[in-house]
Amino acid sequence: MIAKRGARLRLSDVARGFDGPGGRREALGGVDLALAPGEIVALVGPNGSGKSTLLRVVAGLLPPDRGRVEIDGQLMTEPIPAVALVFQEPRLLAWRDVIDNVAFPLELAGVAIDARVARARDEVARVGLAGFERVRPAELSGGMRQRAAIARAMVMDPDVLLMDEPFSALDALTRERFDLELRELVRTAGTTVLLVTHSIPEAVLVADRVAVLSQRPGRIVADVPVERGMDGTAMTPDVAAFGPAAAAVRAHLEAAA
Amino acid sequence: MTMAITGARRWWPIAVSLAVFVVAWKAIVVVGGYQAFILPAPEVVAARFVRAWADGLMTPHATATLVEIGLGFSVGASAGLAVGYLFARSALAERFLSPYLVAAQATPILALAPLLALWFGTGLTSKVVICGLIVFFPVAVATMVGIRSVDAGLLELGRSLRATRRQVVLQLEIPAALPSILGGMRVGVTLAVVGAIVGEWAGASQGLGVLVNIARGSLFDIPLMFATLITIAAIGVALYVLVVLVERRLVGVR
Repeated sequence: MIAKRGARLRLSDVARGFDGPGGRREALGGVDLALAPGEIVALVGPNGSGKSTLLRVVAGLLPPDRGRVEIDGQLMTEPIPAVALVFQEPRLLAWRDVIDNVAFPLELAGVAIDARVARARDEVARVGLAGFERVRPAELSGGMRQRAAIARAMVMDPDVLLMDEPFSALDALTRERFDLELRELVRTAGTTVLLVTHSIPEAVLVADRVAVLSQRPGRIVADVPVERGMDGTAMTPDVAAFGPAAAAVRAHLEAAA
Repeated sequence: MTMAITGARRWWPIAVSLAVFVVAWKAIVVVGGYQAFILPAPEVVAARFVRAWADGLMTPHATATLVEIGLGFSVGASAGLAVGYLFARSALAERFLSPYLVAAQATPILALAPLLALWFGTGLTSKVVICGLIVFFPVAVATMVGIRSVDAGLLELGRSLRATRRQVVLQLEIPAALPSILGGMRVGVTLAVVGAIVGEWAGASQGLGVLVNIARGSLFDIPLMFATLITIAAIGVALYVLVVLVERRLVGVR
C-alpha cells in the first residue's frame, strides 16, 4: 500500500474567547502553527490553556474570533470529510456494534451498505479489533472502545486527524502500547496528525514535533523537535520519558505555567 | 433443553401466582356463599368465557376495542413523540404550550369523555381521540426527558461528521432516547385500554366496554361480565408484553 500524502495544516493568529461572568475571556490568544503533510505534532499545555478549544476551532466546530485555519490552503469554516476528530471519550453509539459504529460516518455520507461494511471491516482489523466486529460497545474494554473510535475516524481516509487526549483514560502500560501503535498506524496511512495531550512521554513517543501552549490565553511558546533514528521509529517509552526532547518540553511547560 | 429449563424457571412464579389467585377466588365464593350474580365462581366464569368466544358473541366487541386501542395508541404516541421532541429542543414551545397539556392531563378523562363524544360522535373517532389523549402525555414526557438527556458529546460527534438535521434526529437522538421513549409507551399502552373502555362508556354500540354494560344491565349475565373483564385485562397484559418485547429487541444490551 502506498501511503497517501496528508494535508498541510496551517493556523495563523487563531484567537477565541468565551463569554463568562466578567465579560469575554480569551482562551486562545493568537496561535500560529504549521504542520507539513504527514507530520505528527503533539500539543501540550497546562490545564485551561485552551488545547481542546484549539482542536475544535481546527475541526471547524467552533469559529475563531480572529485568525484563520487552512487545510491545503483551503479556509476551514465548517467540518469537512478530510478532517477527522477523535475525542477524549470514545463516543460510540451504544445501540450499534463495532462495525456499524465504524461505518457510521460512511453511512451519514450516503455510502452503500456493502461498500461501507467492507471499508469498516478493513479499518477494524487495522486497529486490532478483528473478531469483535459484531460486539456492542458495552461489552468492550475502555481501550477497545477507543480503538473503535480511532477506526471510525480513519474510515473516511482523512488527510488530517485531530485527537483530543484520546488515551487519557487508559492505564500507563496500555497507553504506551497505544501510543506506539498509533504512530505506526498514522505513518502508514500518511495522515497529518495534531494530538492534544497532557502527557509529555506520550507527546514525545507519538510526535515528530511537540508544540507547547502557554497558560490562558494560550499561545505557542515553544516548538520542540523530537530526534529519532533514521527509520523514524527508534523511540522507546524510556527514552520518550527521560530523553532530551522530554526535558526540553518539561522546561518550556514549567516556564509557561 | 437449557432454553426450556430457563423458560420454566422464569415462568413458574407467574403460574403459581395465577393458581393462588384462582384458588383464593374459589375459596371466597365457597366460604362467603356468594350467589353467581354477585361473585361467580372461577369455573363458571371460565365456562362463560369459552362459550362467549365460541358462539361469536365476544369477537366483534373485542375487535372493535382492539381497533380503537391500536389507532388511539398510534395517534397518541406519534403526537407524544413529536411534541416531546419539540419541548426538549424548544424552551419557548414548552413554556407556551405545557400549561394546557398539564391542564388537559389533570382533568380526568372520565369527565372529558362525554364532551368528546358530543363533539366527535359515538363512532370510532371519539374513541381514538380519547385513547390518543390519554396515551399522549406519558409518551410526550418520556420523549422530552429522553431527548434532553442525550449526551452532548454524541451531538458534537454528529456535527463533526456533518450529519443533517434529519440524520441527527433519526440516527442519534431517537435511538439514544429510545429506552426512555419505550418506557413512556409501556405506560401509554395500558392507559390506551382504559381510554378505549371509557370512550365506549361515553357512548358506543360495540366494544368490550359496551359488552360489560350489556352483561350487567339488559342481560344480567354476571359471569359474562366477568368474562369480558378478563378479556379486557388479557388485552392490556398482552399489549404490555408486546411493548416489553419490542423494547428488548430494540434496546437489548446497551
